[in-house]
Amino acid sequence: MRIAILGFGSVGRGIARVLLAKDLGIAVTGLADSKSGIIDAGGIDLAAALARKEGGGPCGNPGVSPADVVAKAKYDVLVEVTPTNVETGEPALGHIREALRRHKHVVTSNKGPIALDYPGLRALAEANGVLLKYEATVCGAIPLIHAMQEGLAGNTISRLYGVFNGTCNYILTRMAAEGLTYEQALAEARELGYAEADPTYDVEGIDAGIKLVILANTILDLSTTLDDVERTGITLLSPEALQLAEDQDCTIRLIGEIIPDAGVLRVSPRIIPKTHPLVVEGTLNAVTVEADLAGDLTFIGKGAGSTETASAVIGDLLYIRERYVKGS
Amino acid sequence: MKLEMRDQPGQLVAALKPISAVGGNIIAVIHQRETSTPAETLDVQIVLELPEGRLPNLLELFRAQGINVVRIGEERLLYECTLIMIGHLMHTDLSDTVDRIDRTGSAEVTELSLVMPAIDTPSSARITIRSTTRAEMKKAMRILRAVAKQKDLLIIEPLEDA
Repeated sequence: MRIAILGFGSVGRGIARVLLAKDLGIAVTGLADSKSGIIDAGGIDLAAALARKEGGGPCGNPGVSPADVVAKAKYDVLVEVTPTNVETGEPALGHIREALRRHKHVVTSNKGPIALDYPGLRALAEANGVLLKYEATVCGAIPLIHAMQEGLAGNTISRLYGVFNGTCNYILTRMAAEGLTYEQALAEARELGYAEADPTYDVEGIDAGIKLVILANTILDLSTTLDDVERTGITLLSPEALQLAEDQDCTIRLIGEIIPDAGVLRVSPRIIPKTHPLVVEGTLNAVTVEADLAGDLTFIGKGAGSTETASAVIGDLLYIRERYVKGS
Repeated sequence: MKLEMRDQPGQLVAALKPISAVGGNIIAVIHQRETSTPAETLDVQIVLELPEGRLPNLLELFRAQGINVVRIGEERLLYECTLIMIGHLMHTDLSDTVDRIDRTGSAEVTELSLVMPAIDTPSSARITIRSTTRAEMKKAMRILRAVAKQKDLLIIEPLEDA
């Protein structure tokens, strides 16, 4: 099977490393970062591309754009792993649409396009007889989308809630454990690379909110946008509040919650008993799904990271190959 | 509640049966002859927990058994919800915040722990609200959310309901 990869940051490089380390029978015939690209029907030398990128240069030829790779490379699946734009979803949205029109399957880790236009993209994929997969958009390595679409098919989900953002979970874990202020814990998270220079997207609950929108729109048959999510972040939390929770054997976690029948879609800090399965440490994610047939299920795992996110992307790729890509 | 029944064998058991029939839980039965009681009747006091809204049901069953309910004690506040508030709690009149809940008459703030780390920095408080019914608790939470919005306070609710 041949793939083209758009985006050569943490996720894209993670995928390249996995493909180099494991013989999965996947060849990369197109590759682009924001400034350059390579098209090679015979298979791109990923080790060389990694070396160039990690040396601080572009991954390929500055004359080749991501749009060129989408339109001209010979591939079965487009792997779209560029950073998320929550407002427009671009340029990823345009690239995904173009690939679907070319009858190419698409696997993405990019939340923007899926949260903004899943129905449109899905219809386009169906019209062209191809698949659109997006496991990596929600909770990194946890196969939550697959579990809900396949394993829990036939169940009605009455509630879905959990820890969807590892950065916030790390900050809250540290505030509770060490009595740090929010600012101190955030500074520590930054130093360890768990938080961006501008942490707004994580700490204001936008990232968790967009994951709720994806789950609501793609699994729970709702039609929501980020504006429908009632959002409260963690920036105002005090060490004293965590201590007050601790006094009652509880702690505070940023919880995303969907209750489809009640129209609840919210991200907010919540008091939670320390023995609750959703109280996970550090950057972990944890999600509980309440299903009518299966009962309660809780998934815990790494919500971010290069290799972990690559795991979700590779899972989607092999799913597509099993079912749809002939002669590969 | 205090019950009055005929002093005959089997009457006490007959009185207890309707309680389990409506899903109630008996906590204590106090059974003693009082001098004021006429010879042929018996007074029994029962402390029990009932699911919300089942009391009229139970009273109907008692009446059908010929059991007279002499007195129903105070309904206790069974629903409890503990939450944390962060903000300028004192400057925004904490007693008014508490009063808005208490004023409902059916929910009240029963506990409050306040931490004020330094002047001009936001304080944090853990408050416990009790109510007689789940619906009253929901109403109290709605009031508190509105107050918080008005006073610019952050409310951290529990993950699970009361």
